[in-house]
Amino acid sequence: MDIAQELLNGSKLALSRAITAIENEHDDAVDIMKKLYPHTGNAFVFGITGPPGAGKSTLTDKLAREYRLMGKTVGIIAIDPTSPFSGGAILGDRIRMNDLTLDEGVFIRSMGTRGSLGGLSRKTADAVKAMDAFGKDIIFIETVGVGQSEVDIVKAADTTMVVLVPGLGDDIQAIKAGILEIGDVFAINKADHEGADRLNVELNMMLDLGGMTKDWRPPIKQVVANQGQGVKELIITIEEHYAHLKTTGQLTTRRTERTKNEMLDILKNGIGTYITNHITASGQFDQYVKDVEDRRIDPYSVVNDLLKGMLK
Amino acid sequence: MEKRIRVLVAKPGLDGHDRGAKVVARALRDAGFEVIYTGLRQTPEQIAEAALQEDVNVVAMSILSGAHAHIFPKVVNLLKGKGMDDVLVVGGGVIPESDIPALKAAGIAEVFTPGATTGTIIDFIKENVK
Repeated sequence: MDIAQELLNGSKLALSRAITAIENEHDDAVDIMKKLYPHTGNAFVFGITGPPGAGKSTLTDKLAREYRLMGKTVGIIAIDPTSPFSGGAILGDRIRMNDLTLDEGVFIRSMGTRGSLGGLSRKTADAVKAMDAFGKDIIFIETVGVGQSEVDIVKAADTTMVVLVPGLGDDIQAIKAGILEIGDVFAINKADHEGADRLNVELNMMLDLGGMTKDWRPPIKQVVANQGQGVKELIITIEEHYAHLKTTGQLTTRRTERTKNEMLDILKNGIGTYITNHITASGQFDQYVKDVEDRRIDPYSVVNDLLKGMLK
Repeated sequence: MEKRIRVLVAKPGLDGHDRGAKVVARALRDAGFEVIYTGLRQTPEQIAEAALQEDVNVVAMSILSGAHAHIFPKVVNLLKGKGMDDVLVVGGGVIPESDIPALKAAGIAEVFTPGATTGTIIDFIKENVK
């Protein structure tokens, strides 16, 4: 079957097969992406990140339901870690979203990180495009449970929300660099637990220290995701940020930056493949390695020579 | 191109015993599979739809309630209806020997009963996955 055409005609099976082709880097994945690309750029891409167990999946479930009540169609990409030892993974985010499975307007796909370290899988961006071309109005990307420095989500999403929970540390944690810098919106989940108000104060202090020069001061919303408390208010805040991105032109800026990064990635991959196929595969390269090892020549000169040969 | 075997592990029906399913899920992970774990009390419709969205190669169901003769074949038929006729469907749980031939005739590739090792399950999937 023509996967891309079927996908554009609304076949869920085709969407599913397209994402598999993308993830596994099938031979036809590039062709599929070429055909889908003109139909992308319409969806609102919303990123959810935060530490393990913060309630990202539960909150995604509740937000998705609310968006469905508003008449929007929803795509969800939920990422969980791949084992560095076996290459296997337990993808368990769907457990929190089982009630969405039979909703015709929702498509959920779980992905393993497959070696990627930034909180996403390498093919997340292309999977988002497949859902976008399929016609989803809003696409959630739920990252793996992150620590402090997995911030790739900002490059993939229009609006990024950081989900935190009370009890993870004192206010020094809050002024460190990393994921606390990337939130456009903050959600304090499990707000019925002790320490939620203190976390709220600490986060506010952190945000006020850095917020003076920016035109958007990230708001903090308290929620109890498993009871649906505060979810409606949270959606209003998310939509406010999306509107802010549009009116200030930042949406275009962010998407231009994303296009640029993606093109550079494709280019680097292409060059990487060229190097693998044309340079490291040749016997001459092994000879260079030996020469460098014996200190007859240095690696910098070798690379210079190889690049000159490649770029002429 | 890299291919990963993707397995949906599901607990259909109303029994609340998922330790066995979790042990199998963990073993499959360690065998290098991507395991989509959907948890307890799934309807056949939910299982088939999740299998479609996740584009899995294998659906593995665990059932202890005695409803296997009804639920397993239903999942097979629903998958076929969605165009997922290349999915390997396996089952496990407390299932009488006498029920197994009928389940196999209905499209369940294999049924693993108490005593089956995780190694047996992994080998069966590796040999039979399409």
